[in-house]
Amino acid sequence: MINQLSWKVGGQQGEGIESTGEIFSTALNRLGYFLYGYRHFSSRIKGGHTNNKIRVSTTPVRAVADDLDILVAFDQETIDVNCGELHDKGIIIADAKFNPVKPENTKAELYAVPFTEIAADLGTSLMKNMVAVGASCAVINLDVQVFTGVVQEIFGRKGEAVVQKNMEAIQQGYNYMFDQLGGKVGAMQLQQADGQQRMFMIGNDAIALGALAGGVRLMAAYPITPASEIMEYLIEKLPKVGGTVIQTEDEIAAATMAIGANYGGIRSFTASAGPGLSLMMEAIGLAGMTETPLVVVDTQRGGPSTGLPTKQEQSDLMAMIYGTHGEIPKVVIAPSTVEEAFYDTIEAFNLAEEYQCPVILLSDLQLSLGKQSVEPLDFSKVEIRRGKLVQEELPEGEDKSYFKRYEVTEDGVSPRVIPGMKNGIHHVTGVEHDETGKPSESPANRQAQMDKRMRKLENIRFETPVYKNAKHEEADLLLIGFNSTRGAIEEAIERLEQEGTKVNHAQIRLIHPFPTEELLPLIESAKYVAVVENNATGQLANIIKMNAGYPHKIKSLLKYDGNPFQPHHIYNGSKELFKLHHIYSSSKERL
Amino acid sequence: MATFKDFRNDVKPNWCPGCGDFSVQAAIQRAAANVGLTPEQLAVISGIGCSGRISGYIKSYGLHGIHGRSLPIAQGVKMANKDLTVIASGGDGDGFAIGMGHTIHAMRRNIDITYIIMDNQIYGLTKGQTSPRSAQGFVTKSTPKGAIEGTISPMELAITSGASFVAQSFSTDLKDLTAIIEAGINHKGFSVINVFSPCVTYNKVNTYDWFKENLTKLSTIESYDSSDRELAMNTLMQNNGLVTGIIYQDKERPSYQDLVYGYADEPLAGQELSLDDEMFNNLVKEFM
Repeated sequence: MINQLSWKVGGQQGEGIESTGEIFSTALNRLGYFLYGYRHFSSRIKGGHTNNKIRVSTTPVRAVADDLDILVAFDQETIDVNCGELHDKGIIIADAKFNPVKPENTKAELYAVPFTEIAADLGTSLMKNMVAVGASCAVINLDVQVFTGVVQEIFGRKGEAVVQKNMEAIQQGYNYMFDQLGGKVGAMQLQQADGQQRMFMIGNDAIALGALAGGVRLMAAYPITPASEIMEYLIEKLPKVGGTVIQTEDEIAAATMAIGANYGGIRSFTASAGPGLSLMMEAIGLAGMTETPLVVVDTQRGGPSTGLPTKQEQSDLMAMIYGTHGEIPKVVIAPSTVEEAFYDTIEAFNLAEEYQCPVILLSDLQLSLGKQSVEPLDFSKVEIRRGKLVQEELPEGEDKSYFKRYEVTEDGVSPRVIPGMKNGIHHVTGVEHDETGKPSESPANRQAQMDKRMRKLENIRFETPVYKNAKHEEADLLLIGFNSTRGAIEEAIERLEQEGTKVNHAQIRLIHPFPTEELLPLIESAKYVAVVENNATGQLANIIKMNAGYPHKIKSLLKYDGNPFQPHHIYNGSKELFKLHHIYSSSKERL
Repeated sequence: MATFKDFRNDVKPNWCPGCGDFSVQAAIQRAAANVGLTPEQLAVISGIGCSGRISGYIKSYGLHGIHGRSLPIAQGVKMANKDLTVIASGGDGDGFAIGMGHTIHAMRRNIDITYIIMDNQIYGLTKGQTSPRSAQGFVTKSTPKGAIEGTISPMELAITSGASFVAQSFSTDLKDLTAIIEAGINHKGFSVINVFSPCVTYNKVNTYDWFKENLTKLSTIESYDSSDRELAMNTLMQNNGLVTGIIYQDKERPSYQDLVYGYADEPLAGQELSLDDEMFNNLVKEFM
């Protein structure tokens, strides 16, 4: 019996690889296993190798597994590309149709199963993925009946006959593999799961659900990978609360429309990835200057330019902190789990209204698209705070007088009225302005307004700016990351600790303003510090050095080949760092 | 009842004496009062350039945004609060150069706002460069040998882009301009009004006198019918676009808001933001 299984299905894009993984993992999630899926895909619709790697576990998992138990292959390329991940006792289940060949040096066993033939005999070769699911079940000795519910949901609307055919395809795949395996049936049998019903979702689902729970009524967006699922979810759900999604002509329109809607008094936002964010920079400056709440989600992908649109990277950090010309107050938050993505999205809207400034919710492709089992979300924790939004009637002012929308206050935040309110008329402009919003170039006013704006974030309240797992008062190593690297770091730490290395962990959740005070004691009490990030220049490491100092102590573990960190990358990188550090002082370790 | 004086504030415009934009300002103030608005019911969203300053010169809610983006901002405001009357405004550079993409898409989207372009066929605030509305051969600082590129025809463009209200006016004709803005505000859908608003400082060709000589009032064309799209296009072509009046109006076409599935009857601004527990629990179950 094993408590963890790593399963991968691969083939050509458009061949049903995604749905094979979806069906397999949804059913296992319902049994109470913890799932973590990561899709390798390309920027095209049909053709090109794609795979879906799914980890099944009896305990929570948040990282792509280091190795592979079962590889389901719909073509030879899948075997050639992925066999290196298989451990010696792994199993390849391949469609007999392409006469699969096991590469030299691969110790895993290959089983050819006629996926296509069995499916075609049942009526359509489209069901070959169902045969593959059934064959996988034989290896782990899983009763095929667990798929009844999922198959019913997917094919129910096509009629009972189609449902039965698909179930039969699963059963026949199981039977065929059962006969092939002989005594190896159940070779990788999983321990029973806890049976808990958990949500199974991608980070983008959590962001979209958070936006809905956070009171959003209008999303303005332009399609882009890997952000589009957020708008797709809300297109379906926003009408239920009277709102809508507008697909705009470009990302400039998306950001400025969201600004207009926030100015108009509702919660509105946009979501995009690097190229879209680059286009939004001027609008983000407008929100900063006019003190209009604005939430923008950036699901980071490989840059620069079009870069690697379907691959993992964390290289937008500096652009998100500093992007836009001139200086504005801005908040950048970076959830590192799907659960945090939900709560932080709601919090992004609260912060945007409380501090009347743009808030960037940073995600990355791995967090946004990795499908995983999620712990229950606590709706009672959801609160909506609108800051200094004036809700009561205003007294009548003098004739021609304007409301002081930009009143200089102690905390820098001024009362905000929305258009339509009697006696609240004021002007809003991206030009430097006085307390009523009228343009003003006077040096004294400029300084007063600049100070007021920048003062707003001095005492920002954010519940957990740094996620910490710091068991050791004195640590050999402190590993720091942000966004989706958390799971891989945790697993690397587990292995390092087993060898006697004392490792603390910090995952930065509030990126800007940087929580220096929270992090500093951990840096000070560690012998070495390694910052783990998916970029080439060590952006987070540089931010930390800039804020906390210790330029010689802080090293980088970098990966920018488009793939996420797996635990062994961080484990090996940490070991290498120790070794190197005794020889010479290197500031960067490229993996 | 508010009068046009209620839409005046104490800010002195920084436009040159004689600028056509003064009349546009006055016409908006009069039209707003004439259609029965109070100042807080109006939001004027403007772009960047001399004309972009207009939102600060009218006593109403106003947002002076970024260059070329008045339209997406204005559409966002209207979607948030359907009870507001929203006017977007800016110059020909704002709407037909940097913001052209938004202009075309706002026309085909048909959200119920009014877009007023102050068209002076030149870049004024940057001191006299060519605009997409400058005539071929027009000599400016950026085209010392004369403009090579052709001129955008805003009204033909509006009609082919699906605008449901297309009108043009001349800034000296305050009465006509006011009436057209009123009609634009009352129109249910996107209304685009191009106003010839001469730049007395940098455009010595398209002057007040030049327009008086070259403009044709549609009201003087016998049997002109603004509901006839083909006639509208032909008339524009025959007159090189130099006509004033309501050129085309489709009174039947529903506005974007009327067609949005599930869009609330009440303004979104002012709604309770929290979801109820039951709805949230149902949403969660969909992921199980």
